[in-house]
Amino acid sequence: MWILKQRKYFYALSAVLLIASIASIWIWGLKPSIEFTGGSIIETRYATENMPTQDQLSDDLANAGFEGFSIRQADGNAFIVRTKNLTAEERQEITTVLSREGSFVERFNIVGPTLGKELIRKATTAGILVVLAVVLYVAYAFRKVSKPVSSWIYGVVTIATLAFDVLIPTGVFAVLGHFAGVEVDSLFITAILVILGYSINDTIVVFDRVRENLDRSKENKSGETFEHLVGRSLNETFVRSLNTSGTTLAALVILYFMGSSATQLFSLALGIGVIAGTFSSLFLAAPMLVNIDKVPDTKTPDTKK
Amino acid sequence: MNKRINAVLVLLIAVLIGWYAVSPKTPFVQGLDLASGIHLTYRADTTDSEPSEIKERMLSLRDVIERRVNIFGVSEPIVQIETGLGEDGQDEHRIIVELPGVTDVDEAVAQIGKTPELEFKLGLVSTSTIPVDTENQENATTSLGLVYVPSGLSGKDIIKSQLQFNSGAAGNETGVLVTFSEEGKEKLTKITSENIGVVMGIFLDGQVISAPVIREAITDGNAVISGTFTTDEARSLNRDLNFGALPFSVELIGSQSIGPSLGVDTWERSVKALGFGLLVVSLYMIAWYRKNGIVAAICLLIYAAVVLALFKLVPVTLTAAGIAGFILSLGMAVDANVLIFERIKDERKSGASPKDAITHGFSRAWPSIRDGNLTSIISAFILYWFSGTSLVKGFALVFLIGIIVSMFTAITISRILARALPEGKTKNA
Repeated sequence: MWILKQRKYFYALSAVLLIASIASIWIWGLKPSIEFTGGSIIETRYATENMPTQDQLSDDLANAGFEGFSIRQADGNAFIVRTKNLTAEERQEITTVLSREGSFVERFNIVGPTLGKELIRKATTAGILVVLAVVLYVAYAFRKVSKPVSSWIYGVVTIATLAFDVLIPTGVFAVLGHFAGVEVDSLFITAILVILGYSINDTIVVFDRVRENLDRSKENKSGETFEHLVGRSLNETFVRSLNTSGTTLAALVILYFMGSSATQLFSLALGIGVIAGTFSSLFLAAPMLVNIDKVPDTKTPDTKK
Repeated sequence: MNKRINAVLVLLIAVLIGWYAVSPKTPFVQGLDLASGIHLTYRADTTDSEPSEIKERMLSLRDVIERRVNIFGVSEPIVQIETGLGEDGQDEHRIIVELPGVTDVDEAVAQIGKTPELEFKLGLVSTSTIPVDTENQENATTSLGLVYVPSGLSGKDIIKSQLQFNSGAAGNETGVLVTFSEEGKEKLTKITSENIGVVMGIFLDGQVISAPVIREAITDGNAVISGTFTTDEARSLNRDLNFGALPFSVELIGSQSIGPSLGVDTWERSVKALGFGLLVVSLYMIAWYRKNGIVAAICLLIYAAVVLALFKLVPVTLTAAGIAGFILSLGMAVDANVLIFERIKDERKSGASPKDAITHGFSRAWPSIRDGNLTSIISAFILYWFSGTSLVKGFALVFLIGIIVSMFTAITISRILARALPEGKTKNA
C-alpha cells in the first residue's frame, strides 16, 4: 500500500515539521493573552474622520504617564491597546487619552494576576486529564489485541500521534506569535483539548480496522503478513478518514472566514489540529505499527513470520 | 409503506422543532459577548473571618451587592458566588457580577463598591401632628404612606445583632436583638422615649428593610425587634443588621465590558457562519454520496434544529465560542453518516441486498460511532468541569450537547429516512 511503501518519506516530513515546531516554541515561545498574564486590553473604535495614527496614540499614552503598553491596529478603524493591570483612576484616564471625537470603547477587559495563574493551572490539569483519559481508553479498547504487536504498543503509538497533533498547531502559533503578535488565550487551550479528543478518532478508526482484519485473518488463517494487513486496513479506511476530516475542516474554514473575530484564531488552531490529526493517523500511526512489528523484541511469542 | 409514513412523520416533527428553534418569539439566551454588557469579578477579603462564618457572610455579601445592582434596573443581572484558588493555595471567595446591556463600567463599580448606609428613621403619619422643621423635611423619605425623617441613629452605632427566640405572649416568636454602642445607647434612649408608638424605619441603602413600632423607651442600648416575623425574615434582618456594611471588603480583580455594536456584530457574523456552515457541509455530503448524501443533509438540518431547540429549552447561554462549538459539531455530526455510508458500501460490495446493506451498515457502524465520539465526549466533559471561564464552559456544554445529539440523529433519523428511499436494484460490485 502506497502509504506504507513510502513511509520513510512521511516519517521524514513529520520529523521536519516536529523539529520546526519544537524549535519555534523553544526560540520564540507563545505570546500569552492577558487572561494568563493579567493586564488590561482596550479596543477603541474611531470615526473615520478622526482616526489617529498609532504613533499619535503612543505619544499621548506616554505623555499621560503610561508605560509598557503595546498598540495594535484592528480592522474596522480600531486600535487595541494592551497594558498592565489598571486602577480605577487609570482606567478613566486611559479611556480619556484614547478617545477622540466620535470614538467609543468596543471592549475593555482587565484581568488581575490571580485569575491568570489560576487559568494556567486549570488548563494544565485539564490537558493532563484528557491525555490520560485518551491513552487509558485506547489501552482498554485494544487490550485483547496482542498479536503480532502487543496491545500496549497501540497506546504508545497513540501518545506519539497525540504529541504530534498538539505540537504542530502550537508551533504554528509560536511562529504567528513572533511575527504577527498573535496571542494565545483560553480558546487556544480549548482548541488543543478538543484536538486531543477529536484527532484520536481517526487513529482509532485505523486501529479498529486493523483489529477487525486481524480477527478475520485468524479465522481464515490466511497467512497474510502484518504489513500487508495493515496496508489493507489503511486502504479500506482511507476514504472515510478523509471525508470525516473533510467535513469538519469545511465547517472550520467557514468559521474562520465568516465567523466573528473572537473565534477566528480558535478555528485556525482547530483547523491545523484536524489536518495534523488526520495526517498522523493515516501517515504515521499505521506505518509505525508496521515498523514496530519488524523490531524483534516487541513481538509477542509464537508469532509466525 | 410504514417506512414512508415513519419518514414523513419524522420530517413533520422536525419542521415543528425547526420552527421553534428559529422563531424570534422564543429568543436565545445570549452571553455577554453577544448581548454586550459588563462582567465584573470581585475578590472578597476573608482574611479576618472564621472559615465557618465565611459561607453565611458570602451569602450576605451577595445579597447586598444584588440589591445595589438592582438599582441599575438591568434586566436579568447575575450576581454569583464563586470559589477559586488564590495564589497562596487558599480558597479565594469571589463575587461575579454580570450586567447585560450596561455600558458604563465605572459607574457600576462605584455603585457596587460604595459604603452602604444603614439608617434608622422615624416614620411620621402626617406632617401636621408632629412638627417637622425644615432641615428634617429635606431629608425625609416617603414609604408606604409614612414620611420618614432621619433620627440620627445609624449603622455606625450598632455593635452587633443576633437572633433571639422568645416565648412571648403570642407564642414562640423569633426576634432580633440589637446591641448599640455607648453613643448609640444615648441616642436610642432619647429617640425611643420621645417617640413611643411611632414607627422606626430601618433603611439599608435607601430601602426599608423593616419598620417596627417603638413600644417603650429603651435605655440599656439593647433593642429587640420582634413582631410577625417568620424565622427566615428574622434571619434576613439579623444578617442585614450585622452585615449592613459589606461583610467583607471587596477588590475588583477582573472586568470585561463589551460594547453594544461589538455584541451585535459578533452575533450576526456567528449566525451567518452557522448558516453557511450548514450549507457547505450539506453540499459536501451530497457531492460525495449523492442520494445518500441528501439523506445526510436532511439529517444534518434536523440535527441543527434539535440542537438549537435544546439551546432554547435548557436554556444554554450562547457565546461566540459556543456557536463556534456548534459549527464544529456540524462538521463532526456527519462523521457518523460517513461511517454508515461507507459500511453500507462495503456491504453492497460483498453482495448484500440494498435492504440488508442498510441494516448491517447501521448496526456494524454503531460501535465505531460510539467509540469514535467517546473520546470527544470525554474531553468535552473535562473541559466543562475544569474550565476557568464561563466562555470555555459555554463552549464545552454546546460541544457536548452537539456530539450526543449527533449520535442520536445519525442512528435513528437517518435510518428512518434511508429506509424510506426507493430501493435500488440489487447488483454485484
